[in-house]
Formats: sequence, structure tokens, C-alpha cells
Amino acid sequence: MLSYILRRVAIAVPTLLLLVVISFLLMHAAPGGPFTSERPLPPAVLANIEAKYGLNNPIYVQIINYIGGIITHFDFGPSFKYKDQSVNDIIAHGFPVTLTYGFLSFLVAVIVGGALGIAAALKQNSWLDYFAVGVSIGAQVLPNFVMAPILVLVFTLWLGWLPGGGWNGGQWNYLILPIIALSTSYMASVARLTRSSMLEVLHTNFIRTAMAKGLPYRVIIFKHALKPALLPIMSYLGPAFVSMITGSVIIDLYFSTGGIGQFYVNSALNRDYAVMMGITILIGGLTILFNLIVDVLYAWIDPKIRY
Amino acid sequence: MKFSKSALLGSVVGVALLSTSAFAAGVHPETGEKLADDQTFTYRILDEHSSFDPQINEDVSGASMARNLFEGLYNQDNLGNLVPGVALSHTVSDDRQTYTFKLRDNAKWSDGNPVTAGDFVYAWRRLASPELASPYQWYAALMSVKNADEIIKGEMKPEELGIKAIDDHTLEVQLTRPLPYFTAMTTHSSTFPSPEWAIEAHGSEWTRPENIVSNGAYKLAKSVPQEISVLERNTQYWDNENTIIDKVEVLVINDENVALTRYLAGEMDLTDAPAGQFPRLQKEYPDQAVVFPRLCSYYYTFNQRPSGPEEFKDVRVRKALSYALDRRVITDAVLQAGQFPAYTFTPAVTAGFEVPKVDFSGWSQRERDAKAKELLKAAGFTKDNPLEFDLVYNTDEGHKKVAIAMTQMWKQKLDVKVNMSNMEWKTFLNERKNGNFELARGAWCGDYNEASTFLDLMETESGYNDGKFSNAEVDQLLSEAKSMINPQPNYTRIEEIMANEMPVIPIYHYTEDYMMNPRLKNWPIKNAEQNWYAKNLYKVAK
Amino acid sequence: MMVDIQKIEQLATNRAAEEEVQGRSLFADARRRFLKNKAALISLILLFGVLLFSTFGHLIAPWSNEEIDWGILGRVAELGAPGIENGHYFGADQMGRDLFARVVQGTQISLMVGIVGALIAVLVGTLYGAIAGYAGGKLDNIMMRIVDILQSIPYMFVLILLLVVFGRSIFMLFVGIGLISWLDMSRIARGQTLSLKNKEFVEAAVATGVKPITIVLRHIVPNLLGIVVVYSTLLVPQMILTESFISFLGLGVQEPYTSWGALISEGAGTMQYGTLWQLAFPMFFFIITLFSFFFIGDGLRDALDPKDR
Repeated sequence: MLSYILRRVAIAVPTLLLLVVISFLLMHAAPGGPFTSERPLPPAVLANIEAKYGLNNPIYVQIINYIGGIITHFDFGPSFKYKDQSVNDIIAHGFPVTLTYGFLSFLVAVIVGGALGIAAALKQNSWLDYFAVGVSIGAQVLPNFVMAPILVLVFTLWLGWLPGGGWNGGQWNYLILPIIALSTSYMASVARLTRSSMLEVLHTNFIRTAMAKGLPYRVIIFKHALKPALLPIMSYLGPAFVSMITGSVIIDLYFSTGGIGQFYVNSALNRDYAVMMGITILIGGLTILFNLIVDVLYAWIDPKIRY
Repeated sequence: MKFSKSALLGSVVGVALLSTSAFAAGVHPETGEKLADDQTFTYRILDEHSSFDPQINEDVSGASMARNLFEGLYNQDNLGNLVPGVALSHTVSDDRQTYTFKLRDNAKWSDGNPVTAGDFVYAWRRLASPELASPYQWYAALMSVKNADEIIKGEMKPEELGIKAIDDHTLEVQLTRPLPYFTAMTTHSSTFPSPEWAIEAHGSEWTRPENIVSNGAYKLAKSVPQEISVLERNTQYWDNENTIIDKVEVLVINDENVALTRYLAGEMDLTDAPAGQFPRLQKEYPDQAVVFPRLCSYYYTFNQRPSGPEEFKDVRVRKALSYALDRRVITDAVLQAGQFPAYTFTPAVTAGFEVPKVDFSGWSQRERDAKAKELLKAAGFTKDNPLEFDLVYNTDEGHKKVAIAMTQMWKQKLDVKVNMSNMEWKTFLNERKNGNFELARGAWCGDYNEASTFLDLMETESGYNDGKFSNAEVDQLLSEAKSMINPQPNYTRIEEIMANEMPVIPIYHYTEDYMMNPRLKNWPIKNAEQNWYAKNLYKVAK
Repeated sequence: MMVDIQKIEQLATNRAAEEEVQGRSLFADARRRFLKNKAALISLILLFGVLLFSTFGHLIAPWSNEEIDWGILGRVAELGAPGIENGHYFGADQMGRDLFARVVQGTQISLMVGIVGALIAVLVGTLYGAIAGYAGGKLDNIMMRIVDILQSIPYMFVLILLLVVFGRSIFMLFVGIGLISWLDMSRIARGQTLSLKNKEFVEAAVATGVKPITIVLRHIVPNLLGIVVVYSTLLVPQMILTESFISFLGLGVQEPYTSWGALISEGAGTMQYGTLWQLAFPMFFFIITLFSFFFIGDGLRDALDPKDR
């Protein structure tokens, strides 16, 4: 087990490095640069700016300097567009925001989706089951760029209950709409998965035996059925968790939360090289980390799996 | 520590001042209107501004911010005329190349330090220095300040810039040539003073709310990237007593429709009206929908480079395409916010500019269509041998709509086949600049309020002439105009040549359409450059 | 949006076990079971309806997808509502163009994106997985580590980057989406191949000296077909959703062409301005298609899994 973890960690480093190099080259290959503007800068001014940011060096020197800066003083470079901030500032500010609403959305998705799924499985083919299945598929196909403006329209303009955007340091009423918008489709997936995997477990022999023995229903469900039913859900939750906490462009765009999702898209469009690189590394690293955690958890829950 | 102590002292003094000021009664001192208790002005911007640093900022939203946080030599009034800022007056030498500004002695920074001529010297040297590498470095050269070009190129030191402090309240600027609109250029945010001591102490972090020192009517209280910036009253400001708005909140909201929803829910006082929605908004909220002309021109440019398409080298084709566009439909049915159909390049609102009568502007659309068909036929294009070309625009809802309408007009009237493609902004700029296009969208907003800011684009060597149109007579007329007392005849002639040669298709002249809280007063609607100052605004009670 | 990999892998093992015992009658059985699944059957019919609509819809539309109805341009909210007499069965879009014709054409593009994207993913994934699984040893190890690496690259972000770098075309859209979606498929195919590798018919082929690549193409890949079909039906909706997100960012298809994603995001932008039909019609087709694919996928999975009777 330990050697497996070590092997995976060892692979993570070259993976990240490869990611950095590929992204760096791709980004620099994009037409236009960070200082391409509607009013082209005079050559002398452009030269000064490029010298300031080291963009006049050959590309391999730039890559080496960039990676060197990260390794030696954890410096991910400056933002070319938002000049008052460095990439470290942007991530230090944006990532906690994203992490907060992402993590809360994750909790909501798991708790509500899980409960819905279990309830539907226990009352298979009842109105509750149909309702749960219908809602979860409906929620899954409703894109969140449709849902977000509907939420603002209903809760902000018509009902006037909640602010239509902003973050305000993470005050609870500013969190509700982003969390609903982000968690719904994940909640739906969790509900469907839980339902089908729960059904499967309920039909297995050991649960039937337990039933025949006359054990209390509650005990059967929570002591025997739940754990094996959770297994398939685990492998879904890992990637889902990463994609939720690394932010949603749409949530940031519609709710002005200031998370890193919006910075990422803007940086790609602005050719803000360092910001784009920084966020790519952050997300790539997190993806690797959580894939690893899921695999380890999986092995821990299901001892049959060996690496 | 010294700073925080004096800032504290400042705010105490401010509270004392405020409680004894005229507004305690809640009445506007001049108009007598009853003022609202809450004097917070909240407005929406599309994207985070690039910097609070006046010398580094490069966007319009950041410039508005800088005008509220800092104050330069001169300000603009609601009509765009110069009014004293830090400078009270100035004198010009006989050769019109030396300007001496008299600065007010009661101007103070938010930490209580006096604003001196030295702060301007520091800021302007900073602007020109290759070390700071500001994207607005060229502005120092554009103002024709002595040695600016050499400093930018690294041939001279920033200390050699033609600006010096005679004493604390007298500033002298030397120019390389007489420049009639030099003083008007000092309203630009990149010429605002900056506090050397704060910049030295905090480096690039000096614009953080906890570090920043500013000399405008407001100081920065809070800044959360991509979410909100909050500006609060600067009690040290020399005219603080006459400033009514207490707090300015700037919200970043990317989606214009969500912004409108939030505006309607009362979360802000000012936002843009989404494209195409203005007539409906005007009907439903007649007291809130505001529209006024802007100093901007929307056009499409033909690629006239040797590498460009052969078809566009034929003036008949260029004219046919221009004539067949029903600009009324584009402004009245597509955009619907009072834009002006354009037949000349320069907008009518440009100061001192008289719109010349170019031939096709006087025709009816039917006549234009007939002429267009005739011209295109003469050029050899028919239904069986249709003209076909690519049209590019940058990704945007409004540009898309205009492009769709144009394409359909050409297709239905002239059987022209157009392939539309949109590109994201940077790619678009890159392709247009390198001449990899056939017909490309363009827009130009005046740098200053005079026709040459538009017509200079047609100069052969202009860096903004992406279509590479070249006409010796135009070049000649433009260079003459620079030293003429009344250049209007030249401008008229240039517009006539453009109508004849059709290097670009003028489409419309912009308007700005806002949704504005009817209780917000004194917005400078008549200022064509839209340079507004929060200190001049106020909110009245319900 | 997710594809239930776990269940598919399980299905694969169940089927492999089943095939040894039952042999030929499996597909007949599966068809019988599938036809008994009402939800899946109705979905199949609905999907067929959508397909007919996208193929022949333009024949009954009085307008083309790009023609502007100049009479209503600028007053779409009042004059552009759905109706028979004005010829706009689904109403008009913001530019006065016929929404019916645009939905027809958008359906074509979206279905095409979904199917082509899924096809590329399935093709690349199956071959890659089959080769890795069949080869085994070092090559297998290296190939699967590459999959690991690719899986850690942020998917959506790379896509945006690709679109920015290589400009924009429908072709790139298909290829881009397909190329980053084959990873899961390759894992499933590899697992399946590992168990097929030891079957008699493969060993027989090896013994008679058939070239490895021929074995993979002739014997392994055809046996992966069932699982591939199931996975595809789940992948298509994922592709369609991805496309809609790209269109939302304004990086999708070029005008005058459109797609469901583009139509829906335009409709969502103007929904509070009295033109709700601009959202409702594309949304309707989008939703029934996605529903159908989900139910068909579920139905196929259940039908092909011999364990669930």
C-alpha cells in the first residue's frame, strides 16, 4: 500500500512538470500577447514592458525562470492584466472563495443527493421513487448557465430575499444562490448513483438473509447495506469534489463571487500567462491529489482491491 | 506609524467638519433639493480594472476610479470644460512651449501631507520611466513633454524630463513643440500626482487599501478583486466640505442581464442597458433610461494591402457594399438605443466639427440600393458569379447582431455571399494588425474632442490604419490641418475623399445608454468624453 | 454530469462470465429485455422523433435558418411570438430569424457534436485500451501511466486553451472534445481485454500465428462492442453538455450556424424580456434528447447485464 502511494506521488511530480511545459508552450503559441491592444503600443514602450517581465528572453529561458521562481521562492509571477496583484495574491484571495462555496456545495450534493437516493431505493417504484428519479434527471440536464439567471430573477428581483451576487466575505445569504446553482447537477448524479447501487445491494443474498433473520430494518440499512452501497459512489465523488472546489466559471460569472474560475477564463482570453499557469498548476495538483486520496480510500474500504 | 496616526486624526476632524457642514440639514446648498440620508453611489463595471495606480492603469473603468481617488492639475466640468483641480491657473511662455502652473496651497494627501509640485514631477518622471514600464508611457510623449521620447527609448534618465518644481506650489513644464490642447491633456489619469513616500515604503503594494495615499475626494477603503471596490470620503480633501457623496461602491458584474436584474432589485444606481433592450426599458422606466451621444465611430474596414483580396481593390465593389447597408435598420431595429447612422467617419458630436454633406448621405435607401446593384454589376459580379468574402468581428453580442444584419442585407439585395467569423479579442487584434482579413470590424473612440483624432486613422503611416488605405491628398490635408487655425475645410475634403474611395464602411456613431437611479443627480450627460467625478454627484431624498 | 463507470465495468465482468455459459442467445435475450423496458422504449421513439425533426424539419419551415424577417426585427417581443400565420412556428429569435429553422439546424449540429465526439472518444479509447491490455507488461504500464497523466490535466481548461490557440472551427470542436474524453473508455476497454486475452479463441489465434494487431482488431475489439455501445449512449449527452458550455463562453459554432448550447444561452439571456419561447423550444429538445439518451443507456445496461433479470 505504502509503496503504491509513494509510486503515485513520484509520478505526480513529472506529471505536473509536463503540464507546466505544455500549458506554457500552448499559451505562448496563442495569437496575440498580453500587451496586444486596440491601440498598438509604440515599439519602444512595448520593448520596455517586455524587458520588465522578461518576455524578451527565448522561450526556454522563460520556462526555466518561471519554474525556478516557483521552486526557489514559491513565486508564481505577476499578473500582466491586474497589475496591482501577483498570481500568489490572486490565488490566495480567489481560491478560499472557490473552496468555500465548492465544499459547501459538495456537502449539500452528498447529503441531499444521498438521502434522496436511499429513500428512492427503499421505496422502489413508489411515487417517491419516480419523483426522485425525475427530479434528479431534470436537474442533471438543466445547464447551470440557465439556472443561475433564473435563481437571480426569482430570489433577488421577484421575492427580494437574497442578494443577487457578490461575496461579502462569505456571509451566509450571499452563499445560498451560488451553492444551489453549483450543487444541483452533482446532487442529481449522487442521487441516481446511490439509488442504483443501493438497489443492487438490497438484492444481494446477505441482505436477504439478514431480512429473513428478522433483524430490524434500520439496522439492516445502516449497518449492512450502506457501506457496500457507498463503494461505487466513492469513485464518482473524488473527481466531483475536485471539479467543485476548483471552481465554476459560471458561478463566478453570474454571482461575482471573485473565485478563481473567472480569473482562469479571463487569463486565457487576456493572455495573462502567469495567472493562467498558476491556476492550471493548482488545479492539476489538486486533481492528482484527490485521485490519489480516492484510490487509497477505496482500497481501505474494500480490502479485496490490491495494488 | 506616523501615517496611521495622522489618518486617525484626519477622520476625527472630518467627522467634526461634517456635522457642522451645510448637509447636516440635508439640503443641497445650491439647488435646495432635499438630500437622501444615504449618500452611497453604487455602479457596475464589466471587469476588474487593471490598477489603482494612476500611472499604470490602462482601462476606462480604472481611469474613473483614479479620477475619484486622485486629482490632477485640471478637472472637467459637466460640459467637458477645464476647471481648476490642484492647479489654480497657468501661464504660457511666448514660444508657447513652457507652461507654468500655479498650484493651490490647501491641497492635501489623505495622510495629511500637502500636495506639492514635487509630487507631479515624481509622477510624470515615473510615467515616462522604462523601469515602471507603464502601458501609458507613450502618453508622456504624446503630451510632447521635453525629452520624453528619449527617456522612453532609454537614451536619457527620467530625471531629465522637461518638468520641474520651481517651488512647492509652482510647476513648470517644457514642451518640444506648441500644443494647443496640452492643458486639456492634464485631465487624463496618467498625469495625476503620486505619493513618493508611500510608493517607496510599500513598493508595488502601495495601492492596497491599507497602504494607499491619495489626494482626490475619496480614498480606497476596500478592494476585493473581481467583486467590489469601496471608496470613502477623503476628509483631507481641500473641497471635502462641498462633496456630498460619502461612499462609492464599484461592483464587478460580468453578465449585463444579471446586472440589470440586480439594478432593478435596487442593488445599484447605474448600469448599462443590455443591447436591444433600451426601447423596452425606456417605455417601462422613462425616468431611469438615459441615452446620450458618444465620441465613437463604428465601422468596417476593407483590407487594401497588396496581399488583400482583389475584389476590394475595385472601388465599385467597396461603394456597392457600403451603399447597400440600410444603416437606419441597424440603428433603429437592431441596436435600438438612439445610435446615429453614419455616412461620415467623424461623429457629429465632435467639438467644432461640421458634418460635410457627402453624396450618398443625401440619397434615399432605395436610390442607394439601385446604385449598389448597378456598381456591383459593372464590377462583374452577378447572381451566377457572386461576390464572396470573409467578414471578421470580435466576440460580442452586439457586434454579432450587426454582422448578421449586414450579411443578410448584402445577401438579399446583392446576392453577395459572406462568411462570418468571430474571434476572441486578442486573436482578432492580432489578425487585423497583421492584415489576415478581408473585411474587419473596427471602432474608434476619440482620444480628445477634435476631428483629427478620427481622421488621423486614414493617414498612410498611422499605426491604427489596419486596412492600409493610402491617399497622398489625404496625407497632405492632414499634415496641413495640424497648423491651421480653422482646419474644417480640410476635414470636409477628407470626408469627401473617403466617401469617394470608401476605404471603410462607416456604420453608426455610438451612444451610451444607461439605467440610472432617478434620485442620482448631476451626472455629466453632456460631457462627450464621459469624464465624471463622484464628488459632483448627489442623491436626493425620495 | 457523469458516466457511471463502476456499473459499466461490472457489466463487463458479468457479461464475460455469462458468455462462456450461454453463448449465442445473449443478444436475443438482451433485445427482449430491452423491449420490455418501457422508459427505454419510449426514449428510443422520442430520440427517433428528434432525429426525424433535425433531418426533415427544414422541409416544412417557411424560413431558412439565416433569413431575417425584417418586418419583426426590432419588435420581436411583440411580433415574434410563436404562431402559424406568421410562419414562425417556434417564434423568432432576437434578430428576427425563424426559431423553428434555427432549432432544426441547431439540433443537427448538437447531435453531430455529440455523436462525432463520442465516436472519437470511443474509437481512440477502445483501440488504446485494447492494445494496452493485449500487449501487457511494460507497454501496458507505460500506456496506462500516460492515461493517468492526461487525466490530471484540467479538462475544461485545456479545451478553452485549445480553442483559443487554434482558432475556432466545428472540426476543432469535435476533435477537441473527443480527444479529451477517451480516457475512461480506455480503462474500461483495457480491463475487458485483460479477461478476453486468456480465452480459447484468442489463444487459438495466437497459436496459428496471427499477427497481434490483427488479433486485437479481429478478435478483441468486436467482443468489446456491447460495452462500447452502452458507454457511447452515456457519452453522447456528456458531449452535448460540454458543447453547450463552450457555446455559453462564446467559443462555439460560427454564425449563422447555431447549436442547442448557443440557442439556450441566448434564450436564457433574454428570458426576462418577454421572449420566453427563445429559451423554451431549444430547451425542450435539449432536455428530451438528454433524457432519452440516459434512459436508453440505462436500458441497454440492464438488458445486457445477465445478472439483473
